[in-house]
Amino acid sequence: MSSFSYALSDTMVLARRSLLRIPRAPDLLLAFTVQPIMFVLLFVYVFGGAIQTPGFDYVDFLMPGIIVQTMSFGGFVTALGLAEDLKKGLIDRFRSLPMWHSAVLAGRTVADVATNMLSLVVMIVVGMLVGFSFATPWYEVLAGVGLMLLFGYAFSWVFAYVGLSSSSPEASQSFGFITIFPLTFASSAFVPVDSMPSWLQTFAEINPFTTVVDAMRALWLDTPAGNDVWAALAWSVGLIVVFSWLSVRRFRRAVSA
Amino acid sequence: MSGTAILAEDLHKRFGETKALDGLDLKAEEGTVLGVLGPNGAGKTTAVRILATLMEPDQGRATVAGFDVAKDAQALRAQIGLAGQYAAVDENLTGKENLEMVGRLYHMGKAPSRERADQLIEYFELGFAADRMVKTYSGGMRRRLDLAAAMVARPAVLFLDEPTTGLDPRSRNQMWETIEARVAAGTTVLLTTQYLDEADRLADRIAVVDHGKVIAEGTPADLKARVGGERLEVTLADDCDPEAAVSALAPMSDGERPAVSERILSMPLQRRKGEIAEAVRRLDEAGVGIEDIGVHEPTLDDAFFSLTGRPAEEKADEEGESGEEEAA
Repeated sequence: MSSFSYALSDTMVLARRSLLRIPRAPDLLLAFTVQPIMFVLLFVYVFGGAIQTPGFDYVDFLMPGIIVQTMSFGGFVTALGLAEDLKKGLIDRFRSLPMWHSAVLAGRTVADVATNMLSLVVMIVVGMLVGFSFATPWYEVLAGVGLMLLFGYAFSWVFAYVGLSSSSPEASQSFGFITIFPLTFASSAFVPVDSMPSWLQTFAEINPFTTVVDAMRALWLDTPAGNDVWAALAWSVGLIVVFSWLSVRRFRRAVSA
Repeated sequence: MSGTAILAEDLHKRFGETKALDGLDLKAEEGTVLGVLGPNGAGKTTAVRILATLMEPDQGRATVAGFDVAKDAQALRAQIGLAGQYAAVDENLTGKENLEMVGRLYHMGKAPSRERADQLIEYFELGFAADRMVKTYSGGMRRRLDLAAAMVARPAVLFLDEPTTGLDPRSRNQMWETIEARVAAGTTVLLTTQYLDEADRLADRIAVVDHGKVIAEGTPADLKARVGGERLEVTLADDCDPEAAVSALAPMSDGERPAVSERILSMPLQRRKGEIAEAVRRLDEAGVGIEDIGVHEPTLDDAFFSLTGRPAEEKADEEGESGEEEAA
């Protein structure tokens, strides 16, 4: 086998390892299924009545936003897992094996794509049950699904870097809540940007989450796209390039010192 | 049984201000056990990490199984197995899944990996727990699985970093028997330990490491011989003055001055008639109370003590799990 096919098979072996864990850890399985459902129901039924979204039913407005938020969080398992592997010495074992070492990172992020897919399906089904409907042809719907998986994958690399840089699994988990969480709220995900105070509007408009949410609305609700889809793709690819580079560098240093 | 399996020359490694290795040399012939003995922080773990390709030395060179650890790291990795002081296995996988995964990562292929996993599970008597998640395993079971993982690819050289730290006596014995069986089958083993009885039992040669370099090297018998024969040991009563005891017995010493550690006085002694009676009389005259007194054969504890001036297991109990600090 060539070194490329070894790299691929090592990545798949380690992705499988990450996925085997999911059905055995009920808390993780809940995080990928029940938690997104609860968020959809809470927003639709609790906040939905109070939020004005001219031109849309709130559930239609909400679904792209809440899916973007959920996708950006899917990678927390990567942060958690890498922080645990470092703490428990498993990384040392992997590093002593004749494998492609970056597969330790790639395996985790690839596994996240599978769990993100699960969350995505669950959310779309629940969304449709409470009244969400696509306003675009099937190929644009699929393009939206593709964009979400890519965007989620980008955040897996952000979380990989977080997991390798944090002092404990717990610290890596709380990072997501104090940075990514507020960023998703200060965007067009849950409320129209023009309902915010003007200083926040300025921030929300340059917030990449707004770009990605608007791109999703274009792909699923047929809103005017502008450059949003391309910009969302660029953000995703950019995050992957920057954070995979940072993570691999950090990984080498985390284990060799 | 010929040829050098492990050769390290003049290894240096520094972490910030700390010199973890300060000119370390090691050598092990094929099919033998090299015991690397030393207290916590002596540099044992750093040495293993360098030889197992986990980090590069700042200076010096090393070859393992004929491969340079820095230049041929990837080729070397196919020849070695590593088991650490904390069991590096995935808690959320079953024992069997762990071994299969390691086999796949050695690029053994799917079916051979599964076959090898079954073999090792049986060999390590883990069959009853093969399909249970490792988080349900006891400490001894985890160590066995960890060692099994290190043996998946039938490596020519095994690195065992404190393989029995924290194990109960029964599990320790099992571990020793397994290691002996691997060596009998031709594997070279580098074993670090802070337990002198472990080095005494398993090692063909012992390198005593302190402050990042080897301060003594030889067979267990050589090292014992360096202590210079038998020793007198006196357990002092709680309320007496150790200094008084040292002065009282110093004239009888057959080497260095007596030293006291945790109320036990120890010194080399030439065996002759009436030496215990004389020691008791001297202590009595000095007003020193004793609880026990005896002459015994030298152990590796004594060897370490006479080489470094302090006991080997000084802080072992408090720092039992913190051996990775030196590498952190």
